[in-house]
Amino acid sequence: MTQVQRRKQLIVLRQTPYASSLARSATDLALAMGAFEQDVELLFLGDAVLQLLDGQAAEAIGQKNLGKILASLPLYDIEFAYVDAAALARHGLVGEDLVLPVRPLDAAAIQSLMAACDHLLSL
Amino acid sequence: MIYSLLVLSSPISGHGSRHALHFAEAAIARGHQVNRVFFLDAGAGTGNGNAVLPQDEGDISGAWRGLASEHGLELVLCISSALKRGMLDASEAERYEKAGAMVCEEFSIAGLGQLIDAGSTAERLLTFGG
Repeated sequence: MTQVQRRKQLIVLRQTPYASSLARSATDLALAMGAFEQDVELLFLGDAVLQLLDGQAAEAIGQKNLGKILASLPLYDIEFAYVDAAALARHGLVGEDLVLPVRPLDAAAIQSLMAACDHLLSL
Repeated sequence: MIYSLLVLSSPISGHGSRHALHFAEAAIARGHQVNRVFFLDAGAGTGNGNAVLPQDEGDISGAWRGLASEHGLELVLCISSALKRGMLDASEAERYEKAGAMVCEEFSIAGLGQLIDAGSTAERLLTFGG
């Protein structure tokens, strides 16, 4: 019989919101993990911080608003997201521009976060 | 060691799908176990039984099927990724009144819970592509 263990999991999001379907797939995965009460945290790296932008006009390109989906994560006990501090600065963004409370991390802190998880899913 | 794999890449574009396949082959050859391979996003195309490849190009989907028959690893396509790409099995084709099933029988179609379940029993969960 296989032993089911509780794993500390990290989803690393790396895509811009609408360039491909991957960002949406990653969001679906985050929601599913939340719904299955997994021990999961999210880290938005590089241009993926744009997924968190408030006020995305996704309906103009016939897509679901990724920001709105991400804003529902607290319903699944995912209360905040880690973000790449350098990427936020590069895009001139601050916490108030985003749909979720965030914790900005520098490169060293990102490395420690990745090292501390059991499973890392990178999309 | 028990591994679960998450494959994000299309079988006909880029390297992710081939890397995943070769990893699975190498892990099994060394006596490790691959409990489940979950195909998400463009990876869902791997289950396409209607793909016709030139004879001199590697058939990644066929290689996965061979590995599954020989070693019993589970091949699972994410249902939402699969449906968007027209990858239906017999029951989904009937449900949505579409002409025919095109997913090979070695692959099943299921929700993301199957990935989460695989991850909870695996010691390593590896992502390929994306």
